[in-house]
Amino acid sequence: MTDKKTRTLFIVPYLLWIILFVILPMLLILWYSLTDSSHHFTLNNFVQFFRNGIFLRMMLNSFWYAFLITLVTLLISYPAAYFLTRVKNSQIWLLLIILPTWINLLLKAYAFIGIFSNGGLFNQFLHLFGIGPVNFLFTDFAFIFVATYIEIPFMILPIYSAIKDINPAVVQASEDLGASRWQTFKYILWPLSWPGVESGIQAIFIPSLSLFMLTRLIGGNRVITLGTAIEEYFMTTMNWNMGATIGVVLIFLMVVVMLITGRKRRRKKVNL
Amino acid sequence: MNIIELKHVNKRYDDGFVALKDINLKIESGKFYSLLGPSGSGKSTILRIIAGFSQPTEGRVFFAGKDITDLDPAKRQINTVFQNYALFSHLNVFDNVAFGLKIKKRPLREIKPIVKDALKMVRLEGYANREISELSGGQQQRVAIARAIVNEPKVLLLDESLSALDKRLRKEMQFELRAIQKKLGITFIFVTHDQEEALSMSDEIFVLNNGRIEQNGSPIDIYDEPINDFVARFIGNSNILPGRMIKDYEVEFANQRFKCADAGMKANEKVEIVIRPEDLDITSPEKGKLVVTAQTQLFLGDHFEIKAVDADENEWLIHSTNGCKLNQRIGLYFDPEDIHVMRLHESQKDFNARLESYEDEEHDND
Repeated sequence: MTDKKTRTLFIVPYLLWIILFVILPMLLILWYSLTDSSHHFTLNNFVQFFRNGIFLRMMLNSFWYAFLITLVTLLISYPAAYFLTRVKNSQIWLLLIILPTWINLLLKAYAFIGIFSNGGLFNQFLHLFGIGPVNFLFTDFAFIFVATYIEIPFMILPIYSAIKDINPAVVQASEDLGASRWQTFKYILWPLSWPGVESGIQAIFIPSLSLFMLTRLIGGNRVITLGTAIEEYFMTTMNWNMGATIGVVLIFLMVVVMLITGRKRRRKKVNL
Repeated sequence: MNIIELKHVNKRYDDGFVALKDINLKIESGKFYSLLGPSGSGKSTILRIIAGFSQPTEGRVFFAGKDITDLDPAKRQINTVFQNYALFSHLNVFDNVAFGLKIKKRPLREIKPIVKDALKMVRLEGYANREISELSGGQQQRVAIARAIVNEPKVLLLDESLSALDKRLRKEMQFELRAIQKKLGITFIFVTHDQEEALSMSDEIFVLNNGRIEQNGSPIDIYDEPINDFVARFIGNSNILPGRMIKDYEVEFANQRFKCADAGMKANEKVEIVIRPEDLDITSPEKGKLVVTAQTQLFLGDHFEIKAVDADENEWLIHSTNGCKLNQRIGLYFDPEDIHVMRLHESQKDFNARLESYEDEEHDND
């Protein structure tokens, strides 16, 4: 019996953590979003959010950028992950891919400001061909480029391990049964590696919805997302209630994304 | 007609390992073949080359007379049942079996009856909507067979297909595989390291070792007339002793001369002789052709396995339905036909020619 008791004690630190830093803050955000500045209950924040076109545009903007970042990352990462499962020294390659994540995000952002600036590496390179200088910094392209660069490792790793778990004989079986390479990819490789793709999408799409540091530093405030809006409301205009409302909407969107990517495909039954 | 023929096939890997050395084999239509050998003998490599997953370094592969060496696996009328079945775990039984047909864009109303027949053939009626993870090993095995046969291959390749099953189920599947092959009337090529499996199912066996075919023939030929001590040891338990051919139909081993059924060798040629443990009968020391002392005895259910030693310290393995007393002199009796004489380093071609020469002679004498 004492054994069981000590075992339940092990959960206490994590339980405290999750209550203090996850559940309570979320309840607080919900509380703020449902009250006005004088702490009276109101749904006005939400009404404002959905009535005022600016917020909806920001929401669509966030979705659009998060979608673009996830898509570009996936297009780059899937072939790379597949390649990694086929090479000999995959461990070294993986290390190279993980390495950039050891560098501080802010540092990387500033490095890109240098690279993209008018006198930076990019424009020097273009200058060789007589082009430029082109203004890269503070463009959508720069924002998506840097965001993709930062997110790639988080997409490659889960896809890599999902593909690695696929028995190579399954691919051969598909070819053996007459499938072309494209058919094998479409009907076998892609569905079997989907769990990896799914966790990659969740790991990138959801945080990308609320990126704000990169939008400021690389997007130069031209890219306005829900993340930047939250910062604005909390830090600048001090309207915590509206900030919290945006936060609640974001949490809701994230749940929707998780439900969409995580849903089990229902299979129709056949009658023979 | 030969449905498959391998001519001078060699396989060398990049690291220098030679998996196959000058393999020549002919596979006839509608028969059950086994490629039998220890791991690393090259039997799976042959299968992969026939399926098209691996290219021979040298040599050609023919299918019904046509050279298919460079043909894509997808385009060969050959299907494979993989070692661990390689079923598509994200699809249910129906979709697994229907896969090959769906790839060929056959309409669903045509696919359904074909899949139904295939599932019936492997005795999995009513399993169409099951998930692969819900099936036992034996059932997965059957799905793998059904998935392969819906494509109506001319040749079905089975790569160690029963090795993952427990012993009882394996026995059951052996009967079933043989029955399915008979019903379909197509060629089965079965890769195994289990000699019992090969002997019980095959019309013809290829025994492989170190990337070479040591011997091929019917199970009875291979069991009764092993060409060399590798085959003799690999196929069943054997007593193998050095000996000397005195003249035709007389051989000397264990310091005694015996009548035997082999001929066509030089006088005084050094040979090896094989006597199967089940061909040795225990009798009294006076009646026995050989006298040995029994040392250990194991009861194996349907027979006793007895280890005995003769006066020259040669070990003898005896399978007997009755036990014997240990540490006592016993006689061993065997017929001349039970002695199998093997020449050292004889090729299969010479071996067959020699057997034919004196077997004809025997017939002439009749």
